[in-house]
Amino acid sequence: MIAHAIFFYVFSIIAVISAIMVTVSKNTVHSVFFLILDFISISCLFIMIGAEFLGMIMLIVYVGAVAVLFLFVVMMLNVAQQKNQWFYSEATSSHIPIGLIISAIIFLELIIVVGGWKYKPELLNPNTTKISNEISNTHSLGQILYTDYIHVFQISGMILLIAMIGAIVLTFRQREGVKTQSYLKQISRERSEGVNVLEVPSNKGVKIDD
Amino acid sequence: MEYVNLVFEEVYKILFLLVPVLVSVAMIVWLDRRVWAFVQKRQGPNVVGPFGLLQSLADALKYIFKEIIIPASSNKIIFILAPIITMTLALIAWAVIPFGEDQVLANINVGILYIFAVSSLGVYGIIMGGWASNSKYPFLGAIRSAAQMVSYEVSIGIIIINVLLCVGSLNLSDIVLAQQNIWFIIPLFPMFVIFFISALAETNRPPFDLPEAEAELVAGYQTEYSGMMYAMFWLGEYANILLMCALGSILFLGGWLSPINLYPFNLIPGAIWLILKILLLFVLFALVKAVVPRYRYDQLMRLGWKIFLPLSLTYVVLTASYLFYFNLLPTH
Repeated sequence: MIAHAIFFYVFSIIAVISAIMVTVSKNTVHSVFFLILDFISISCLFIMIGAEFLGMIMLIVYVGAVAVLFLFVVMMLNVAQQKNQWFYSEATSSHIPIGLIISAIIFLELIIVVGGWKYKPELLNPNTTKISNEISNTHSLGQILYTDYIHVFQISGMILLIAMIGAIVLTFRQREGVKTQSYLKQISRERSEGVNVLEVPSNKGVKIDD
Repeated sequence: MEYVNLVFEEVYKILFLLVPVLVSVAMIVWLDRRVWAFVQKRQGPNVVGPFGLLQSLADALKYIFKEIIIPASSNKIIFILAPIITMTLALIAWAVIPFGEDQVLANINVGILYIFAVSSLGVYGIIMGGWASNSKYPFLGAIRSAAQMVSYEVSIGIIIINVLLCVGSLNLSDIVLAQQNIWFIIPLFPMFVIFFISALAETNRPPFDLPEAEAELVAGYQTEYSGMMYAMFWLGEYANILLMCALGSILFLGGWLSPINLYPFNLIPGAIWLILKILLLFVLFALVKAVVPRYRYDQLMRLGWKIFLPLSLTYVVLTASYLFYFNLLPTH
């Protein structure tokens, strides 16, 4: 039990510190690396409460794919040069009011969620969430997700699909004068189309007209 | 006192796994070069020790005594962290590989997801190394490898789903035990081929070694590294290749199970069968390196997204429908 507590505090301290460092660090690429560290320590916390499937999916999806794309974008756009200095500079940035409003809303939501959890435990409705120790949490997640919440699951999938199509439509442009390789055309080329055998008379040569 | 004993026992177990893995990484580098040489009618490393077996040790000694050069304009902390991360990630994934019925360091419920997660983290070593070098060639190599590894992870993930449909569990020992009647390479043969090719891409092996394409990028993300740090990248790379071979033999070739469940074969311990299967896959990896030319970058992306992804998704639908129609879905 002591070991459990030690690990919990280690991971949560790392999570909180790296979350602060994401906003404070001067270099944008460093911010992304701290974000990754944050994701990893949060997935460790998930594993510690026995939600190993969620923890691993967190690692695979967020750290393995999303954060790689973040890094990719941050490195490609070279925003690392634009030093993130709001924390140090005297001048107030125009983003601060919007940021404050958003963080106030998130804070309120957290209060509502945690308060509801604390003072009205029946809100969680323990009758419908059947958590048993006999089946692994991958099985129990699947049993809930694909039966009780199948419509919500499908709708969220559709929303993601639409977002993806929207991103493609926004960035897709037909470029003129780009040569692309057509594999079908290359493979289906016949010898008769490409090679022309000519009789070359001596001392006269041939004139190739096309 | 109890805790101390527990910790010592675990450390002993970990060393018992890690030391053989590191030694076999050194041996496998020799085997790789040897196979490569034989295909091209050369001798390969054959001077140091019997058959040149100690060549990798000689190389390691050379790397240890070389100077570690850290570029002045590099981002020093991340520059040093990158090879460490590569090697650590390549080694921690071995914790869940089962070498026998109960011979596994950590028999966790989501073993296959763990390996998948760790191998998808492997890209960070390369990106960090490429970015922190603060130089054009390593940076281009890192960007290429980020796109490449994310693309091929998708198809590897879907291939794993195929296997999971037949097993009904994420535990690696369960996956092996489900193949007692028939190895999954027979019903899922197209998936095995795609897995093999995706594993080549995931470990940056030829023909997909674009992150370190020496003709264009000098040595890709490793250009600025020297001495022991270069050797750590190299060790991590080969440990990753071995890991992919182990994953392939567990998913498709029946892991520690013997090919024929008859008397003389049963006596051979499972670990030996697993090692033989890993070696078989590794020789295939080495042969591919020797005979195939490098892909162009757009061909690589086309292969990953336009061919492997639809093919493996279709196979998921096929497998699921087959299992459902014939009522073969695993029950728990």
